[in-house]
Amino acid sequence: MFGRLSWAVIPFDQPIIMITVATVGVVLASVLGLVTVKGWWPYLWREWITSVDHKRIGVMYMILALVMLIRGFSDAIMMRTQQALAAGNAAGYLPPEHYDQVFSAHGTIMIFFMAMPFVIGLMNFAVPLQLGVRDVAFPVLNSVSFWLTAAGVLLINLSLFVGEFARTGWLAYPPLSELAYSPGVGVDYYLWSLQISGLGTLLSGINLTTTILKMRAPGMGYRRMPVFCWTALASNLLIVAAFPVLTATFAMLLLDRYCGFHFFTNDLGGSPMMYVSLIWIWGHPEVYILILPAFGVFSEVVATFSGRALFGYRSMVLATMAICVLSFMVWLHHFFTMGAGADVNAFFGIMTMIIAVPTGVKIFNWLFTLYGGRVRFTVPIYWTLGFMVTFVIGGMTGVLMAIPPADFVLHNSLFLIAHFHNVAIGGVVFGVMAGYTYWFPKAFGFKLNERIGKAVFWCWFFGFYLAFMPLYALGLMGATRRMQHYPDLHWQPLMLVALAGAGLILCGIILTGVQLAVSIRARGRNRDLTGDPWNGRTLEWSIPSPPPAWNFTHLPEVDRTDAYWAAKDGSGPALAHATDRPVAAVHVPRNTPTGVFVAFFAVVLGFALIWRIEWLAVIGLIGAAAVGLRQAWQKDREMIITADEVSEFERLNVRKPA
Amino acid sequence: MSATSESLGLEPAIPLSQQGPAPARVVAGFGFWLFLLSDIILFAVLFASYAVLSSAIAGGPAGVELFDKRHVFLETLCLLTSSVTCGFGTLAVARTDARALYLWMLATFALGAAFLWMEVSEFAGMVSLGAGPSHSAFLSSFFALVGTHGLHVTLGLVWLVLMLLQVATLGFQPMVARRFFCFGLFWHALDIVWIGVFSIVYLGAH
Amino acid sequence: MESVSPAQGHSPGVATRSDPHHGRSYLIGLAFALVLTAASFWASSTPLVYTRSVPILIAVLAVAQMGVHVAFFLHVSSAPDQANNFFALAFGVFITALVVFGTMFIMANLNHNMVSMDQLMRMQR
Repeated sequence: MFGRLSWAVIPFDQPIIMITVATVGVVLASVLGLVTVKGWWPYLWREWITSVDHKRIGVMYMILALVMLIRGFSDAIMMRTQQALAAGNAAGYLPPEHYDQVFSAHGTIMIFFMAMPFVIGLMNFAVPLQLGVRDVAFPVLNSVSFWLTAAGVLLINLSLFVGEFARTGWLAYPPLSELAYSPGVGVDYYLWSLQISGLGTLLSGINLTTTILKMRAPGMGYRRMPVFCWTALASNLLIVAAFPVLTATFAMLLLDRYCGFHFFTNDLGGSPMMYVSLIWIWGHPEVYILILPAFGVFSEVVATFSGRALFGYRSMVLATMAICVLSFMVWLHHFFTMGAGADVNAFFGIMTMIIAVPTGVKIFNWLFTLYGGRVRFTVPIYWTLGFMVTFVIGGMTGVLMAIPPADFVLHNSLFLIAHFHNVAIGGVVFGVMAGYTYWFPKAFGFKLNERIGKAVFWCWFFGFYLAFMPLYALGLMGATRRMQHYPDLHWQPLMLVALAGAGLILCGIILTGVQLAVSIRARGRNRDLTGDPWNGRTLEWSIPSPPPAWNFTHLPEVDRTDAYWAAKDGSGPALAHATDRPVAAVHVPRNTPTGVFVAFFAVVLGFALIWRIEWLAVIGLIGAAAVGLRQAWQKDREMIITADEVSEFERLNVRKPA
Repeated sequence: MSATSESLGLEPAIPLSQQGPAPARVVAGFGFWLFLLSDIILFAVLFASYAVLSSAIAGGPAGVELFDKRHVFLETLCLLTSSVTCGFGTLAVARTDARALYLWMLATFALGAAFLWMEVSEFAGMVSLGAGPSHSAFLSSFFALVGTHGLHVTLGLVWLVLMLLQVATLGFQPMVARRFFCFGLFWHALDIVWIGVFSIVYLGAH
Repeated sequence: MESVSPAQGHSPGVATRSDPHHGRSYLIGLAFALVLTAASFWASSTPLVYTRSVPILIAVLAVAQMGVHVAFFLHVSSAPDQANNFFALAFGVFITALVVFGTMFIMANLNHNMVSMDQLMRMQR
């Protein structure tokens, strides 16, 4: 009746999990209780949950990412603590079967449910504003994408206390991930959670690519787009091309597990090594999906806070598109040691080194932009400077491992762990924090506290070096990854330093929360009435903060890059303002609960498939289809905002010049 | 229709990329085109795994013993003809000619259903011979590749029925016309994938 | 059928050149496709073609037929108002080729160097 589900699957005997669940339960209940008592549900439902506005959806993605950062980072602290304790004969406090789930969850959550949502959230928020249009190409699909990602988040969090998670690492290589060696539900939680959120991500990739290629302000040809939009285009093209590979590969593993197929099994002709190759065909572009928008943020930040145009627009664009194409030609460097011949290894090693070149071009362009300008040392610039130093170090260790003989020593050692955290934290995390700080005033109408922001940066910066430089040393000393304990006591001091670094990063995360609270409290005093608190260059700064649902009262017409900057300093034509032209009524898409209802049934379907409850899976499938059909027959999709309402908004939001 | 610089064969005065946001039909069509390309990459993975695993017969039957080329030729004719009838159907949508639309689309449905019927009977035959997907990596990859294509055809037929219902209940609204358009793209793309399937899987079996 | 390009170009599937006999492109495409299909099936079973080159011939015929579908049914071309569609298709073809041939290349190389899974399992028993 209930498949493999029973009371026995809840880990009552594991105190760490029970305490975590209790804490999460209390927090969740408090938040929901507060919302209910204050009567905020109608507002939340109307303005956020059923919203199809790209700005709202972008903010929700980023909230999701910040919440999952807490979960992913808790896993990190647990790992660091375990490794600091379990030297020599000591066993630490996390038994291996638990530790394995922790490192698998850490990687899965940080990549899929922290970094991806954060990056997609930033692109969702900023791209339509920078392009001078009212919304993305498919607003309802946008909402569906977000809620499918949230469905994946819910499933992976359920695995904590109903059942177990995968013990296979974040990529779930067979044969370990096959039914024979992972008979429990852990790998199934992993696979279904990622298939569901992966669908959301693919749809988002289609949405943003179509928006960038087919919906730009009049006059904004490709060479007049902001660089962030170019990097968003490259990133979303990679999503469209790479995520089907992930879907297909996971589908094959699911067929092996559920229907007895033999794609990757040990017997009857299966090839586990083919899984490794296929999953990395997705996996390498995935890291570029994450880093390219971060590069875009840095381009915007560097230009704005240097007070001059970005150096080398054309080479930036070419470098971006070169990275986009090359990212599909390097994937074997993730498994040099798997048995390919020297010629194959050499080809991919050389390609890996080549792909470092366009990134170098970008670094030089940013440096030249800073050099030629008058730099204002705001929090986003701090993140940018921190990125330039940290990411270059990480990139260099990457090029080092691109040499196959060197990689034979360093593959799957802590050196590798240090390398990819170096580029992921130094590149992606620093980038999204810069973007978060940079666009926060546009989204909410007030800036984040600068002083605390700088403290957050220093905590992350020093915390990162303390946490990961020892790991480079440990890797060279022979330490492998994913160790629950280790024999060599000489390694322990370095592990302790790494733990201290993690503690410093924890301070940074806590301070991020404090910064939010303090800034919200002080918002009355710090309200930005100009819409342009940073003296920006691109179109999003030409509208009020927060922008109205329709973004631009008069759609801008541009005749060059950075048209808004040119309008401000008089070197270009003024962008139309409300005062000079008659205000017209605006059509905006109507809110719809389609997204959240589809995601609800997706959770039902996923949960049912994981626990092999057939009748519940049918209900999930039929429910999702029914929601889709209802949306398909929806005729009343748009709402008209009258000219009077628009004029009233403009009147109340007359922008004072900065 | 006045003579635009385009219809005179000259370059448009303002480049297309600078003419502002595209109309809804173009946006929907292009978005669906991207979805189709992502679907083709999904098939590429299945083709790749078929190519790698096609010789992993684990002592069981190989393709050349199981496949019937005349059967496949008939299936191919059905799908190809259905692509053409679908094309005529989409022209009927553009003309808002309901009668022609129903005629051509019912023909498309019938041919697609015939294709599916033949494919299901082929699969059932193989399973009854003990050559089901769980018997070897080759058979797993065959059933996954050809089966995924068949699943797409099935979903296409369901979609077609829903579209005909939409026309019947909502008429030729722009939103309905856009969706028919996307269906046409989908149906043609399925035939393109089938070309790969019959060439590589069935004709390539040795 | 449209002769004036909308902003940002046409979507795929729209006949953009004048076509007085509506649907003529579908009939021409069908004719070509039938010929190519018949040729493929004939090539795979005839003794008249050198056996070693049959797979290549079939591949060429398949690619040609895919081109026929793209040109005559989907109306995608390299005209300026089809630029987005053409580049998207080119990108998709590029990735497809990389995935298929890259996987085959790597797996062949691995299989050449490594004992196959079947053999390994047999050695373990």
